[in-house]
Amino acid sequence: MTAERLSGMRNKALIAGAAALAVTAAGMAANPDQFWRSYLLGFLYWAGVPVGCLALLMLHHLVGGGWGIVIRRTLEAGTRTLPLVAVLILPVLMNIPRLYLWAQPDKVAHDELLKHKAPYLNTPFFLGRTAFYFAVWMALAWLLNKYSDGQEKSQSDGTWKPKLQLVSGLGLLLYGLTATFASVDWVMSLDPHWFSTIYGVMFMVGGALTAMSFVIVVMSRLVRSEPMAALMKPNHFHDLGNLMFAFVMLWAYVSFSQYLIIWSGNLPEEIPWYLHRFHGAWGYVAVALLLFHFALPFVLLLLRTIKRKAQVLAAVAIGMLIMRLVDMAWVVTPSFHGEHISLHWMDVTAPVGIGGLWVAFFLTQLSRRTLEPVEAHLLEGGH
Amino acid sequence: MSDFHAAKGRLYGLMAEFDNRYDLLEAAKASYAAGYRKMDAFSPMPIHGLDEAIGFKDRAMPLLVLLGGVVGCLGGFGLMYFITVIAYPMNVGGRPHFSWPAYIPPTFETTILCAAFAAVFGMLALNGLPRPHHPVFSVKRFALASRDRFFLLIEARDPLFHVEATRQFLEAQHAKEVEEVER
Repeated sequence: MTAERLSGMRNKALIAGAAALAVTAAGMAANPDQFWRSYLLGFLYWAGVPVGCLALLMLHHLVGGGWGIVIRRTLEAGTRTLPLVAVLILPVLMNIPRLYLWAQPDKVAHDELLKHKAPYLNTPFFLGRTAFYFAVWMALAWLLNKYSDGQEKSQSDGTWKPKLQLVSGLGLLLYGLTATFASVDWVMSLDPHWFSTIYGVMFMVGGALTAMSFVIVVMSRLVRSEPMAALMKPNHFHDLGNLMFAFVMLWAYVSFSQYLIIWSGNLPEEIPWYLHRFHGAWGYVAVALLLFHFALPFVLLLLRTIKRKAQVLAAVAIGMLIMRLVDMAWVVTPSFHGEHISLHWMDVTAPVGIGGLWVAFFLTQLSRRTLEPVEAHLLEGGH
Repeated sequence: MSDFHAAKGRLYGLMAEFDNRYDLLEAAKASYAAGYRKMDAFSPMPIHGLDEAIGFKDRAMPLLVLLGGVVGCLGGFGLMYFITVIAYPMNVGGRPHFSWPAYIPPTFETTILCAAFAAVFGMLALNGLPRPHHPVFSVKRFALASRDRFFLLIEARDPLFHVEATRQFLEAQHAKEVEEVER
């Protein structure tokens, strides 16, 4: 039942992804600069999901809880897509000078600040750091999946659980560092003159929110058939909804913190980032983010009845996934165009194309192992 | 007949004692199914699903907390507006007097503060506290409700309540003991 459903969804994702990528590839011939900007947007959006899954999985191994047991298989499948994400970044790495100002020697030559930053912002070091981030994430994903497999086969927690906890504890530390540096390298350095110290946290929280919303949508589909139909109860969706609610508030908190500090300081080297994003058409997007990325989900997720109904919660999660893309576009694209909104059609087709491929690969990973969680026996009666 | 009414006037209800949480949960469900509505359950620890089993619906509390939050939010924002625009308008770094981003942190704090006050004091008020005595304490063994026993109380004001019939009903639910609770 579930296997057929999964392969049906995978085919749909593959077709949608391939079609969107074919259309985007056609646009590449007409406007290669725009193609790579849109590709980077799509890559950043979807890279957030497996990295977010990795963080949520390690968090669950450390704190436990029924919410984590029921989504464990989904999170593990999410972390196993990291090799695909590593392949997806290769085209970006081959087009660094096209995307990043600091990699254009003629621009750097006339810019004191960029010359000063060159020991960090240079192509070989950038490539090395990116390779390091993926090495860390894939090693963590490999260990977590390996130990989880061992835990399942041995049917005893004694040997495997401490290993999972050790990897998760050290892993969360490494995740905090690598995710921060990755967001600085891949996104913040698009504006190489500008800097913000809370930037990494914004990306970690954003990625966790995207991952949480994605997981809720997946679980709302899995719960329609066995084995999850028998295991997942309304209180599990209630917990997942609460976690999503927490990430929505945390996103608003860190996003507003950055704004408040830059607004209070009012320094000429810091405010251009917001001037580009609050004026012109991007200003309306900023208001839309406030309303639909924070205010509306905040009110909806306050309601107990919404959180306890899987399909209703999934509808909120789908809206959240769309707003996450809008937020990513609001953060990334003004770096290329300033305040003039120039949302190209490829900014939609590239994320859909990459997303189709990624979701298909995710569903393949999900169907490779049993959906029944390792610690399903702990779910009896309560949290 | 008159004896029965006299007993009913003197009685607060019937208290059934159970020695495990499963019996209590089952008895609560059975009582609700039998039509009893004026009841309460007591347990040393939270029991998942017990509030639903006795038909306990708390609509007042979330509303009260929401109201506290809204009052705190508007009050905090209004206070900041009053201070910076009306009472002490000052030029801070050339910004307009109505600089709303600076209002947000105090507004957030007053929102949380008033919501928390509404939660604590609303809980006390809705529980009828402070209150020096409650009829359930007239049952000696009730002290065990905070240790290792589980109790289900059916109040005399329930329309279905009948001293004998209700006692027999509770005993049929594997109650270890059923005691009368006097006013």
